[in-house]
Amino acid sequence: MTSQPYALLEAVSLEVHYGGIAAVKGISFAVEEGELVCLIGANGAGKTSTLKALARMIDASGEIHYRQERLDQLPSHALIGRGLALVPEGRGVFARLTVAENLAMGAYHRNDRAEIKHDLDRIYAMLPRLKERAEQVAGTLSGGEQQMLAIGRALMGRPKLLLLDEPSMGLAPLMVEKVFEVIRTVATQGVTILLVEQNARLALHTCTRGYVMESGKITLADTAANLLADPRVRAAYLGE
Amino acid sequence: MDIFLQQIINGLTTGSVYAIVALGYTMVYGVIQLINFAHGEVVMIGAMTAFTVIMAVVGLGLPLPPALIVLLGVLAAVPVCMAIGYTLERVAYRPLRHAPRLAPLITAIGMSIILQHLALLIWGRDPRAFPQIMENASFAIGGAAISTVQIAIILMSVVLMAGLTWFVYRTRFGIAIRATAEDVRVAALMGVDANRVIAATFVIGAGLGAIAGVMVGTYYGIAHYTMGFTLGLKAFSAAVLGGIGNLAGAMLGGIVLGLVEALGTGYIGDLTDLCRWPLVGGMLAERCEADGHAILFGSNYQDVFAFLVLILVLVFRPSGLLGERVSERA
Repeated sequence: MTSQPYALLEAVSLEVHYGGIAAVKGISFAVEEGELVCLIGANGAGKTSTLKALARMIDASGEIHYRQERLDQLPSHALIGRGLALVPEGRGVFARLTVAENLAMGAYHRNDRAEIKHDLDRIYAMLPRLKERAEQVAGTLSGGEQQMLAIGRALMGRPKLLLLDEPSMGLAPLMVEKVFEVIRTVATQGVTILLVEQNARLALHTCTRGYVMESGKITLADTAANLLADPRVRAAYLGE
Repeated sequence: MDIFLQQIINGLTTGSVYAIVALGYTMVYGVIQLINFAHGEVVMIGAMTAFTVIMAVVGLGLPLPPALIVLLGVLAAVPVCMAIGYTLERVAYRPLRHAPRLAPLITAIGMSIILQHLALLIWGRDPRAFPQIMENASFAIGGAAISTVQIAIILMSVVLMAGLTWFVYRTRFGIAIRATAEDVRVAALMGVDANRVIAATFVIGAGLGAIAGVMVGTYYGIAHYTMGFTLGLKAFSAAVLGGIGNLAGAMLGGIVLGLVEALGTGYIGDLTDLCRWPLVGGMLAERCEADGHAILFGSNYQDVFAFLVLILVLVFRPSGLLGERVSERA
């Protein structure tokens, strides 16, 4: 690769195996500070495995560079302290904890109480539904509200880099629109985002740059505009 | 004497102890789905340690108030049991965290046997009489009696349960424990070190167990290296009755089990007195005449009730009284 310093996040020859089956087959990609990058591809292409590998939720081989550090040597729970948050596939809210407790968990690694309170107010202002339901158990929220909660919880950790896994999954179109609005807002606030999405059209309209993943490999990498215009992408992912 | 009220009082006392021990099972289960069968043994070691310290202090012959002497026993037993709880997790269970579920379960039984025999080596095979230093005054209420020891046990249990509830629901680490119980991997994304949380549940459970051990020892006035086995199984039944993994369930299950056991023991003799059964009574007329009763099951069947409850719960409501039925929202 280049002799330049690594990007904010850079994966080199990342590989993930489940038993004997390779889900991610030696991919390399980078996310620069301030970017909103998306990783699109069909179901089973290895997108979620890639994110899980980045967040150290599953074992992978290859290198993960993040802010001059090797992530691939660290345990999962050491990442948020370094500014890396993941909103997992299926949202992963703590269903038996209240909304407020879920948000408090997002700031678990922090000790700056006044600042935490400030961030909580900010998130409640951005996602007023969460404030209304603060004392409600998260399992009683609708799917869209849970997704908002999952994103809000991740933001409570003040991430530098936010990994989002299929935030549109299982949501009504109107709700998907709202969730993506939140994602764009977060991006404008200076949080770098790597977005995994099956809804390629929506993703490419949101991101600045994208990678296309197919059977565990990155097959295309370009600006979002170029990908939207690419006939291969149009045929395979935009249904045209 | 009012048998019913008396058995309620006795049941609340033993039930409180079951509840405190059951919390140790349920906390660990809630986080790693392991039934720590060695927990009863930890309770026994708590009782034995306290016994040793109390005997030593009494031996000094200092004019200390009895409650203080018992407190010294507790203060010695709690750290000892916490250390054992931590060691169990670290040495026996952590290496098997990702092994098939049968492996840690069998290990737990093995640990139980090891601890029991360790206690046998240290304290010997004879039952140790807990010195009755507490002046065990009784108060009459409504035709029944309640002793100071019973009052102390019930009050102490209430304080411990309230304290644990506060800790788990109101502190940051407590919320992290509940989050980890729900999803270890997502909790890790929030920066929660699962190993710390898991170790903490063992340590807290063992600390509670130590206090329970002292309670039992003081209540029955005896400690023995096998006492943890039955007590542990009963507390485990209580945890299952309440819904294993559920804190409130363990508390409720313990109290209910204590009451069932006390009432069952109090009435089983009368209920199974064949002389009172018209049909059978006639056939035993001679014996009934002579003895006045022909009891089929006496109060020595005390230990049956806990396991009867366990079997009934497992058959009719495996999720327990407060356990939620498994249903997950997508």
